[in-house]
Amino acid sequence: MSSDFEPRMLGFLCNWCAYAGADLAGVSRFQYPPTLRVIRVMCSGRVDPIFLAEALKAGYDAALVLG
Amino acid sequence: MESVSGEAGNFQVEVVNHPRYIDPDKCTGCGVCKQHCPVDAIDEFNQGLCRRTATYIQYAQAVPLSYTIDRDACIGCGLCEKVCLAQAPLYDDHENRQTVEVGAIVLALGNEVFRPDELAAYNYDTHPNVVTSLEFERILSASGPYQGHLLRPYDLQEPKKIAWIQCVGSRDVHHCSNSYCSAVCCMYAIKEAVIAKSHSHSGLDTAIFYMDMRTMGKDFERYYRRARDEYGVRFVRCRVHSIEPVDDGNLSISYLAEDGGIEEETFDMVVLSVGFQTSKKVRELAGKLQIELGPHDFARTSSLAPVTTSRPGVFVCGAFQGPKDIPQSVMEASAAASAVGTVLSEVRGTMTKSREVPQPRDISGEPPRVGVFVCHCGINIGGIVDVPAVRDYARSLPYVEYVADNLYTCSQDTQLLIKEAIEKHRLNRVVVAACTPRTHEPLFQETLIDAGLNKYLFEMANIRNQDSWVHDDPEEATEKAKDLVRMAVAKAALLEPLRDSEIEVKEGALVIGGGIAGMSAALSLADSGYHVDLIEKEGELGGNARKLHLTWKGENVREILEKMIRDVENNPSITVHLNTELKNVDGFMGNFTSVIENDGKEETIEHGVAVVATGAGELKPDEYMYGKDSRVLTHLELDQKFLQDDPELEKINCAVFIQCVGSRESERPYCSRVCCTHSVQSALEIKKRNPDASVFILYRDMRTYGEREDLYHEARAAGVIFIRYDVENKPTVSVKNGKLQVEVIDHVLGKPVMLEPDLLTLATAIVSPGDEKLAQFFKVALNEDGFFVEAHAKLRPVDFATDGVYLCGLAHYPKSIDESIAQGQAAAARAMTLLARKKVEVSGMVATVNPFLCSSCGVCVAVCPFNAPSFNDRGVSEINPALCKGCGLCVASCRSGAISLKGFDEPQIFAMIESL
Repeated sequence: MSSDFEPRMLGFLCNWCAYAGADLAGVSRFQYPPTLRVIRVMCSGRVDPIFLAEALKAGYDAALVLG
Repeated sequence: MESVSGEAGNFQVEVVNHPRYIDPDKCTGCGVCKQHCPVDAIDEFNQGLCRRTATYIQYAQAVPLSYTIDRDACIGCGLCEKVCLAQAPLYDDHENRQTVEVGAIVLALGNEVFRPDELAAYNYDTHPNVVTSLEFERILSASGPYQGHLLRPYDLQEPKKIAWIQCVGSRDVHHCSNSYCSAVCCMYAIKEAVIAKSHSHSGLDTAIFYMDMRTMGKDFERYYRRARDEYGVRFVRCRVHSIEPVDDGNLSISYLAEDGGIEEETFDMVVLSVGFQTSKKVRELAGKLQIELGPHDFARTSSLAPVTTSRPGVFVCGAFQGPKDIPQSVMEASAAASAVGTVLSEVRGTMTKSREVPQPRDISGEPPRVGVFVCHCGINIGGIVDVPAVRDYARSLPYVEYVADNLYTCSQDTQLLIKEAIEKHRLNRVVVAACTPRTHEPLFQETLIDAGLNKYLFEMANIRNQDSWVHDDPEEATEKAKDLVRMAVAKAALLEPLRDSEIEVKEGALVIGGGIAGMSAALSLADSGYHVDLIEKEGELGGNARKLHLTWKGENVREILEKMIRDVENNPSITVHLNTELKNVDGFMGNFTSVIENDGKEETIEHGVAVVATGAGELKPDEYMYGKDSRVLTHLELDQKFLQDDPELEKINCAVFIQCVGSRESERPYCSRVCCTHSVQSALEIKKRNPDASVFILYRDMRTYGEREDLYHEARAAGVIFIRYDVENKPTVSVKNGKLQVEVIDHVLGKPVMLEPDLLTLATAIVSPGDEKLAQFFKVALNEDGFFVEAHAKLRPVDFATDGVYLCGLAHYPKSIDESIAQGQAAAARAMTLLARKKVEVSGMVATVNPFLCSSCGVCVAVCPFNAPSFNDRGVSEINPALCKGCGLCVASCRSGAISLKGFDEPQIFAMIESL
């Protein structure tokens, strides 16, 4: 794997904590790599394992559940 | 407001509407008039740092978003009338007088900031790089004179070194007559320094020159520590002598350091932290209203009725009541609403108008027709993301029928544009690519409702908080914005209309805690006509107030308490339960069922709302010989002696107070807010009994905020000696030959001083028991210091994140009696917003079970934290939509795929995943 590999990631973010945290990162202007796409869920408990498999199948290099 | 006649319950108020010269009903806020206006005028909103035209609007988010003509600047050229397609200009507009009939009046008149023109030594008038804090706020703002770029006015270069000077026009009787503390400037100076650092490109050096750092609000002390330790903001304790211009627009500050030496330091720019004062206009208005003002021209109120003015039926909130910050102002606003509710309870609901909403359009059978609105958010998004490119890209997506980009998609005029687009293009799904749905989804959903669309046919793409604000590469940020819009459109096409369900609200309130705050909430609720069950774990009402001597305004606490207890006991709508504890809570907003226990007997109470007023206690310290020597007391113990009028107090020759005992230390990194004032007041009481007594207060920062500063002045005038110590070098207490000895390093001499007091009072921290059980009962949060966490520190200071539960008193954070009473009233007002509705709508985004697929395994019943699923009489799971929070835990756990989550259903999420 080359060292400049930047994984494309899909994140499932809980509305109340991780998604709010991502919003706050914006308010605080914290810079991070632009390779994460976010799906908001009302709770990380909503995330069915099949979603993660589907993300990889769709072509993402990684899937994250943040909550 | 011109005049007020009549009395409480029946006022006639004569008001004058000043002419705007542009009809707000016709103006669409498009701004074409502004583009053509040839006039150059001073932009007052931006503090004169830039110019505006004569047809203008104060700022982009103004409500209503309609322009006005500044007739003093207007040259009468007539261009605006010619270019306005809406024919809104009204050159012959005139003053409009009318009389309104009201039952009560709330004064939220605010303050002006001190103008430092006359402080010759600060060179504010003569040097552009000396700015006020309000000017600096505008400089930092994206809609300010420099579009949020950190620049100094002199040469529009980025400053590398900025100083803040505190207490300009506050705590100052030499240059002005504002002896009080403005209570907000320390905190805003720290905030400005931290934000300026984040706006800087070159490692900005910031220094705050101050006398006492007053960060006494909830979580403020932590912010102060973070600013100092993590962001590297410098704090210089001193008195500033002068600010003199040096070369290249720089400024040299000379100041008297704490050790008495004169020092100098040069900065690129200086911010004067100006304080509050009541304006001449407000003073005149107060005169017309015939309400009394206090010594500093703030509205006169009492601790028992902190939002009630001297004129019955006229109430006050915010900075006109006394200098205060946003949380306190918002809280007081609710308190004033509660006080009004008490006066007007008999006529509640008689003038209600119901909102007319169009019948939602039936979209069944229609193919998706998606409208996409991409927001520039001024330059917040548009400065990084190529918004027109995102808009054009959206046009290429499946089912998209209409696209637009807007300067501010949330502005009032854009709502009209969205509504028009929905109607004209028969859109049945709307996507807004802008900020976060957490703050703005409800606003756009209202627009959908107005346009006759079900509000759930809406989706947001977060291209600001999670894109333009966090990525600085325009190309990559634009790509990400396109992806997020594509995902949102993919989901939107699958959205379905959902129905909110209605739940009934039970009438009564449960107030937990019979202290000052709890009684205040109970009385406000009962006086507005609601039944209250007030539970108190001890055998009598009153809480901590039973042990307190005086309020900071000098009122006798016992008298206040006795009146409140009498009022509570005589109020037929309040049932007091003493020696009672809460055993269990079931239910949800509007429908709680609680079990209370008194002496082994359990009772069930049905209530619609709950107010948590469980209070806090005084720390019993294990330092400074407390508990080992009878001469060492806590504040409450000393107050006990004052209450008993102990003759020993007159014999005290030397009294010492030690501040911050257990507060502002690593174990408890918060300020207990009330102790500085308490010590100063007790010191004065000792001086009153024996004027020859030597009284010392050993402190870290004197935090006699607001008008409490008067007591500090008084104490110094009475000869109380204040010695500052550092937390690294705390005073030591010992006993030698039967004498109590306190040793402290004098902050001026830098040498140890030995005091031999007859009385040592420790200003110990206010500590919260951190009631985990109660927190679990109502599913509310405690912070790391054990205080309950409100829904939003500024905007919802007495609400919990859990609906139907409210917060007041020391359980929220340390505060004084008047603040507790106001907060009790505020909690009652917020509770009444629910009680008065009788019915509430709950979200349609809930889980539902397909009974034909349910295998009755019970996993959903077991995993739901809200007890929403249960087995029905046919043995399959059923979900109560009123209890369901839409988290989806049961959905992901269901082995049979029987549960779906409306609004976050599997096909919708799959569509988002697969749209890569």
